[in-house]
Amino acid sequence: MAQKESTFLSMTLTLFLVTFVAATILGFIYDLTKADIALAKQQAQKEAIESVLPAFDTLGDSYKMQAEDSADSLEFFPAYDANQQLIGVAVKTFTKNGFSGLISIMAGFSPDGTITGFEVLEHKETPGLGAKMNAWFKDETKPGQNIIGKSPGTSNFEVSKDGGDVDAITASTITSRAFLEAVVRAYKTYQNAKEQPVAISKQTNEGGQS
Amino acid sequence: MNQLQNFTKGFIKENPVFVLLLGMCPTLGVTSSAINGLGMGLATTFVLLMSNVVISTIKNVIPSKVKIPSFIVVIASLVTVVELVMQAYLPELYKSLGLFIPLIVVNCIVLGRAEAFASKNTIFSSAVDGLGMGLGFAFALTLLGAARELLGSGKIFDLTIFPEDYGMLLFVLAPGAFIVLGYLIALITRLNKA
Repeated sequence: MAQKESTFLSMTLTLFLVTFVAATILGFIYDLTKADIALAKQQAQKEAIESVLPAFDTLGDSYKMQAEDSADSLEFFPAYDANQQLIGVAVKTFTKNGFSGLISIMAGFSPDGTITGFEVLEHKETPGLGAKMNAWFKDETKPGQNIIGKSPGTSNFEVSKDGGDVDAITASTITSRAFLEAVVRAYKTYQNAKEQPVAISKQTNEGGQS
Repeated sequence: MNQLQNFTKGFIKENPVFVLLLGMCPTLGVTSSAINGLGMGLATTFVLLMSNVVISTIKNVIPSKVKIPSFIVVIASLVTVVELVMQAYLPELYKSLGLFIPLIVVNCIVLGRAEAFASKNTIFSSAVDGLGMGLGFAFALTLLGAARELLGSGKIFDLTIFPEDYGMLLFVLAPGAFIVLGYLIALITRLNKA
């Protein structure tokens, strides 16, 4: 079959048909995968929460609190043991001051504010430099850079170059500063949330009654 | 040209990266590690195979003046399908490649093969061509990624070859991509001449 002639009608018709079929297929695939994508995202979030907190029994309802020093709000995921006692809270925190913009982190805190773990969820830092942060700040063999088990309330969460207690990633001071900023933001917002205990006390009271 | 030659030409003789110099953007952008290169290469292979098949199927009903726009719609739809499916069923892979998947749309190899090969050949040879070219692209990206990962951080596919502290960080960053690519192109050109 020879190539079709390019008339106005044939061109319009072809483009219409091609886009129509493409749109139909895309709509169909979108519908097909929508539920699974939501599920995968939920699963990833649940895994992140599990990895930053000690073993827990149930996860309470998540709630949002406005960040201490920003207009954006942070999401809180409280976790309870079998007796409905609060074990810790996972906080989804962020910073916009990374070397390449946004870094999003899930940080886990015990009720007294000690960091129980963290997981970097999203970042665009330089591979081989800032991108090492997820492993760097939980290296148990190097107490100077490990932040797990410490609390921003008792130690100074700034890089040692700025007079703080945490060793920055080699050649990635900007990423390190941004990372600590995000963790401290989560901590401060969590402490604020405890002081005006609308959400948290409501849930612990429920625990007391049961 | 028989089908075997048609398939193997993508690896060395007409390798899309080293010889045709197509698709330089993902080539330089994603190859900071071997696994990223391989993942991107395989995703592109799939799109290339599918787009070649679809385009050689519809080539006779598309008027020549609207050929390119129609091809782009086909390619963009395929890439979106890959992205959605990957997001739903391979979330781990999507996490590391997600940013680069939409880039396949503007990868000149896909449109290049559609225009240069699929719009003139049968469905079967277009499929073979797409698969060969795609695997050649994946091979080139993996090679480049492995070389950069080894020189930059002492690892290949996350297996430590020498301690990371001795790595030359330059090779993981953008300039290293240009340097390694230059040497690999020189090497392949030499091989092709022999």
